[in-house]
This record gives sequence, C-alpha cells and structure tokens, in this order.
Amino acid sequence: MSKLKLNVNGETHEINADPDTPLIFVLRSQLKLTGPKLGCGQEQCGACVVLADGEATNSCVRAASEFEGQEIVTIEGLSDGESLSPVQEAFRDEGAAQCGYCTSGIVVATTALLTKNTKPSPEEVHEALHDHLCRCGSHRRVLTAIDRLIGEGA
Amino acid sequence: MPKNPNIGHPSIEAHPDLDQWIEISKDERILLHTGKVDIGQRISTALALIVAEELDVDYDRIDVKRTETDVDPNEGFTAGSMSMQHSGKALRMASATARRHMLAIAAEKLEVEAESLEVENGLIQSRETNASITYWELMSEQKFDIPVDESVAVKAPENHTKVGTHVQPKGMTEIVSGRMAYIHDMVLPDMLHARLVRPPHYRAELKSLDDGVVARLAESDVTIVRDGSFLAVASADEYAAVKAAERLANAAEWDLKEGLPTAELFEALTSNERVSLPIAPGGAPVEEPVPALDNPPENAAVTLSARFEKPYHMHGSIAPSAGCAIYKYDKLTVWTHNQGVYPLRAAMAEALDMAIGDIHIAYSPGSGCYGHNGADDAAFDAALIARAIPGQPVLLKWTRDDEHAWEPYGSAMVCELRGSLDADGKVIDWSHESYGDTFMGRPAPGRSGSPAEKLLATHFLEDPLPWPIMPPTMGPHVGVHRNLEPLYNFPEPRLVKNLVRGLPLRASALRTLGAFGNVTALESFVDELAEAGGLSPVEIRLNHLDDEKAKDVIRTLDEKMTAAKAGEADGLGAGIAFSKYKNAAAYCAIGIEVEVNDEAEVLLKRAWIVADAGEVVDPDGLTAQLEGGLIQAASWTLHEQVTFDGGGVTSRDWDSYPIIRFNNIPEVETILMHRPGEPFLGAGEATAGPTGGAITNAIYNAIGLRLRRMPYDPDAIRSAAMN
Ligand code: FES
Ligand code: FES
Repeated sequence: MSKLKLNVNGETHEINADPDTPLIFVLRSQLKLTGPKLGCGQEQCGACVVLADGEATNSCVRAASEFEGQEIVTIEGLSDGESLSPVQEAFRDEGAAQCGYCTSGIVVATTALLTKNTKPSPEEVHEALHDHLCRCGSHRRVLTAIDRLIGEGA
Repeated sequence: MPKNPNIGHPSIEAHPDLDQWIEISKDERILLHTGKVDIGQRISTALALIVAEELDVDYDRIDVKRTETDVDPNEGFTAGSMSMQHSGKALRMASATARRHMLAIAAEKLEVEAESLEVENGLIQSRETNASITYWELMSEQKFDIPVDESVAVKAPENHTKVGTHVQPKGMTEIVSGRMAYIHDMVLPDMLHARLVRPPHYRAELKSLDDGVVARLAESDVTIVRDGSFLAVASADEYAAVKAAERLANAAEWDLKEGLPTAELFEALTSNERVSLPIAPGGAPVEEPVPALDNPPENAAVTLSARFEKPYHMHGSIAPSAGCAIYKYDKLTVWTHNQGVYPLRAAMAEALDMAIGDIHIAYSPGSGCYGHNGADDAAFDAALIARAIPGQPVLLKWTRDDEHAWEPYGSAMVCELRGSLDADGKVIDWSHESYGDTFMGRPAPGRSGSPAEKLLATHFLEDPLPWPIMPPTMGPHVGVHRNLEPLYNFPEPRLVKNLVRGLPLRASALRTLGAFGNVTALESFVDELAEAGGLSPVEIRLNHLDDEKAKDVIRTLDEKMTAAKAGEADGLGAGIAFSKYKNAAAYCAIGIEVEVNDEAEVLLKRAWIVADAGEVVDPDGLTAQLEGGLIQAASWTLHEQVTFDGGGVTSRDWDSYPIIRFNNIPEVETILMHRPGEPFLGAGEATAGPTGGAITNAIYNAIGLRLRRMPYDPDAIRSAAMN
C-alpha cells in the first residue's frame, strides 16, 4: 500500500492503494466513479477511457500512480450537476447508445477530439474512435451526433 | 361475432390481475410491471409509450420496473422479437382496463356521467361540471383488485398522440452522463468481489493446486472457493481479487484429457453423426424420412447448386458477464442481466437442489447480450461462490477472456442449396439443407433435458452433470431451421434440417438463431439463379412472392436505391436481400453498397433498410434496433469467426476476434412502413439475415466474386480471386 494523490474531476484525492493498481479500480472502487467501464482490461475496447490532461486515455491497465500530477476527468466530470455537456446532449438527442456500456468511453473520446479540433475530418473522427468497440451497432448514431456537433462548431 | 384476437393472450392468462401490471404510485407517477427486460433494445420506452397513450399520462411520468421473480409477471425470455406481442399487448389491455376503471369511480365520486370525463396527464375532469380529480387522488395507494379485461376497448390508432412519436428513450440521460447503474456497478454492504479461474477448455479437469500459493492467498484475506474443477477467489477489494485469480491460475495444474475435436469444422458439419428432418410447409420439422434429392426436373432450363459456410460467432458483449448473489439463512438472492429471471430460477433451483421459493432473482442491466451470452452462467457462478461464503454478498465478474472463451456461441452452419428455373425464369425446383448445432441451449425448464445441465459450472463441480445433448426442436422456425423455409412460392421445396452431433464448441441462442445463415445463403442463391435466368434481383423476388407487404418493402427499396444510384459509381457494387423474420414477424428488405479496395477489404458505403413491423410504437427505437442489427450482422459477415484448436478456444480477446470498427460504418437510411392499427411484428432481429445476403450480393456486383464462406475478410477475397 502506498499513498497516492490524484486530481479527478477537479478535486484532489489522497488515496491508499497498491502502487500497481490500474487507475480504473481506484476510480470505481475508491472514488465511486463508476462511469468508466471495464470492458476488456487489455486496452482493446475503449470502455474505460478517461481524460488525462485532456487526452483520451485507457484507464484499465496503467497504474493509478502514473497519473499523479495529471488532471483526470471521467464522464461524470463532463456534466455540471444536471446540465449535460454539449457532447452528452448531442449523444442523448441522437439516441447514440443502445445498452450504453461503450458510451462513456466514446463520449469522453469525442470530447477530447472536439476540444482539440472543432472541425475534424471523417478520417480524424474514425481515427479517434478506432479503438472504441460497440457491439450494439450504435456507430451510425454516434457519427451523426458528432457530425451535428461539428456543424454546431462545438 | 368474430373471435377477439386478444382473448387468451399468454401473458394475461398467466397474470390476470391488473395490479400485476400497473401501479398508480404515490409520487404522481405510474409504475409499469413487465416480464421483459431492457437490454438496450428500448423495450421500456415502447412499453411506457403504450401505457402513457392508453392512460393519458405524460410519457415522462411512466416508470418501468426492472423484472424480479415473485413481483413481476413471468413472461419467459426476452427473446425472438416477441416482447411487443407479449408485454406490449398485455400492457395495452391492462392500461385500458385501468383507465376505464378509474373513470367509473371518478364518475361516482364527482357525481357526473363517466362519458363526460376527459383525462389529461392523469387529471380526470368533467366537461359538464369542471369537477376534477387525479388518478393519484382517486387511487391513493389502493390496489385495483380487478382482472385485466381482454375485451376492453383500446384507443383507435387515429386517436394516438403518443404512440408512434419520437421521445427520449428511457435511461438515455443516465447513459450519456455515466450515471446508469449496471450490475457491474453494484455495491452492497460487506460485498466481496469475485473472479474465476477457468480451465483451459471444456474437458479439462483440475488436477492440483499449489498449496503454498493457496496458503499465502488465504493469509491475505482472499477466500478461495473450490468445488471439483470450479475455482474462484473472493476478496473485499476488487483489484485484490483480480490479482489473486492470476496467482491462483498459475498455481493450478489441469488434466487436459482428450482436448477438443480438431476435425475441419465445415467438413465435420456435413459428415458427423446427425439428426435429419424434413421441414414441412409452415416451417416446422416432421418426424419423417428425408426425401432424396432427385434429378432436376426435365423442363429445367437452368440448374445451379451452392454450398455456404458460416463459422461460430460470438455474442461478444462489450461488458463481460457478471452476477451478484447472497446466500443467507438457506435462501438465495441473485441479481442477473440475463433475459429471463424465472427460467433461470428454475434452472438454479435444480442445480443447487433448492426449492424454487427459496430463490429470488432480480434483473439488473448489463451490456447488450444479443441472445444467450454468459449472463446465466455468471449468475450461477456467483450463486456457487455465495453459497460457499454464506451471509456475504458476492459480485462476480467474468474477465474478457472468460466471456470470449466460455460464452455459448452461435453455431457454425453449412447450407447446401440447389435450384432450377424453367425457360420463363420460374423456380420449378428448390432444395435447401442446413447443418448446424443447437441454438436452444438456454437454461429453461420445459425444454428437453435438465435446465441445470445448461448452466456452465455444473460440468465442473465435484459431481458434474453431463453436457446436454439437445433433441431437435420441432416448432416452426426455431433453431437451425429458422427461415429455412423461403417465403417465396417455390413449388414443393425440399427443405432439410440437420442437427449435427459431436461439434467442438458450446452453442446456444445468438440473435436470429439459424436465420442469419439460412437467409444469407438463400438470398445469395436467389441472385445466382436470377442472373442465370436473365432476371434482375428485384424481378426474381417479386415474381415469386404472393404477399403484397413483402412486395411493398422490396419495391420501396428498389425505388430508393435507384434514386440514389446505388452501386453505380466506378468501383462500387450494390446488392439487395429480403426476408420476413420467422416468416411471421417483420418484413425487411435491405440494400447495401460496397467497394472492395486494393487491400481486398470490403468497405461498406451506404445501406438502405425498408421494414414493415406492423404498428410502430417507438419509431426511433425501432430504427435504432434495425440499424444496430445491420451493423452487427455486417460485422459477422466481414470479420468474425471463433477460432479454436485441440487446446481450446483461441479467440480470447478483441485482437483474436476482431469486430467492425467506426471506420467501416455505412450511411444508413431506414424507411418504416406506416401501418397504424396493424398488429405488432417483432423487428429486433429483422435485419441480420438480409444484411448477410445483401453484402454477399453487393460484393459479387462489385467484383464478380461470389463468396460462400464467412468471414469475407481480405484472405477470403484473395483466395476467391485465385480460384
Ligand atoms: S477496458 Fe480498457 S480498453 Fe477495454
Ligand atoms: S451501445 Fe451497447 S455496446 Fe455500444
């Protein structure tokens, strides 16, 4: 066990954890942020993606200790109380989810993409979502939601 | 008088009391009960719309109860695109009964004629006196205490103001904000997290465990549960359980026994021992000898034959399965994301030798399952672990490896077809034989064999149960023979189902069962015949259909694709396919445009879906289901096959079992036929079969290669080009 200092969703948390504990277990178990999902634990599906200093990052393998000093944002940190972020709103309005298990990672990745580049090309969108798997086939609606955000200049 | 088609509705027969369906909750909301679970297909949205409509209450005020045993109706499995026919219809009758009942009491209370009453968002008001009362004031926590009236008058479709409109799906805000609580997120006081240590394959047995490792784990507050070859760890800390499972896996020695059969799969499918049955008109098998395949008729101008092969497919849920259980005072409580809490309870009672009444099972959402994935097995695993650690809740999660290697797959299939045309392009002879394993492996009572045998862990316990050997299912359009019978009016088709024994992998219900393989094969083969007979794909289909609704979806598709110049640009190709799911549910015609690039990859450009699903309650949800089914089936077609060798399944992660990604998603246009007042036709599975057929036909149209073995990956395309 060692002490970790993590900045998550704008707050600093002091945590006791095995230093090799992957970030997702700290987020979900200790900080009760269950928005990030464990889909594979092998950096292959994107369900666990969070923002680390603005970059979409898998949280299922890399140790929490590696994230010290970075600003971590989970899907919960994107909305302000009841008010959703523009990306969340677009996903909701376009119905860009069925079961929703992949959605948290995809919403976070989309946020990272559009923060850096408000007018990504289709190729850049595909690239940003390449490692996000969805089994329900919600892809088309996700892409429509993103097109809408690009159109709105979000 | 004509017979009322609602009388004898199975869900109402089983649960006649109105209170079992509708609750006027105290917080000015309505709670509806259903035996169908929302697995991302938005059934709760559709059901809420139906209830909102009949009760005249805003959709936002309707809550949908998550199904649990003893509390909610037993409607079997949420499967086969039957939820609207079952729960949708039942709740419509229940809500109409509730409304009529409340208006009658209100009329008495307000001393007005019931006919003078109107309802708006739960407020009952008299046109005569303006006196009013709300549903909630009226009922103030009372029960209805009356049965659902199956002959109750329901609203005429032209008076619908909610059904058929666009609403925000239930749960969508929770999903996009990360607040949706899945079973994986459950937290109970003193809960333990558990992980399994699985054998290398189905037949392996646990030989020994390293005592030193076991002792060290025990010292570190990890509980090891062992029963025969069933092995699990539990710990208060989730990551500690993950690590303990890894250590224990390294400390386990397995006897690999004879390993898995390694004969070439498609060879085995047509040469292994099997049960062969002819399919009679109507789509059900009959216990009769299989008629011989005679020579083609004398007047045949064209005779072709083809053999299609489809590998095993995974459900591939994005969340590995999970189960939560508490065993306390000889009673078991379980949370599961499976598709039927009641059938699972019966299976578990048998497997654990407990009374049904001592087990309570509640649904808690998982990720999409698309059929019988690992959910039931994980629930049972959790129960076994909980029973070994009485009094403490246990949340078991499978790993990605567990899910990939142990879920029951959709069976591999072979379809052999032969067809003849006469000189006028009429099909005068047709034979279609399908070979595959069972699709009926769900743990359900009432089906052949013991339901307990269908729970995975029962085969690894100290006293293991035998693996189930399923008899052929004899109903119309179930299992291997779903959609084996074409809707086309081919004269006396020779249709044969072959249920094959001794296949290597565990198989059960995957979305559409045999229909995906059958429809792909038959719709591709129809195109081959069309070409040989000088007909267009649209012509041959229309020429052989009697059902106007079937023709309508094909004609509409053709108009759309012609207007869009589908497949006309350089290097592109387009194909179509059609089916009516189970020949009884939704009609669906699909068009797909593809390009095959220099890397021999199939790129999906545009897709068109035309569906007639009868009355549409939630058009947006239905469209999402149709599109999602198309994308999933495109993934099966282009990318997927479960691989294995004698040592077990080798598709153990997303690298070794690739699925479709965001860079190959077509533009999709979906057209729903407008059929208010018609019966609901289940549509959740309508697009899969035609998608496989349309892609096969589009590839042929683009590059002149007719592919007959999935997946259509670059290797398959290159090897087809070589031959
Ligand atoms: S859970 Fe992290 S990538 Fe799949
Ligand atoms: S919405 Fe279910 S996995 Fe993407």
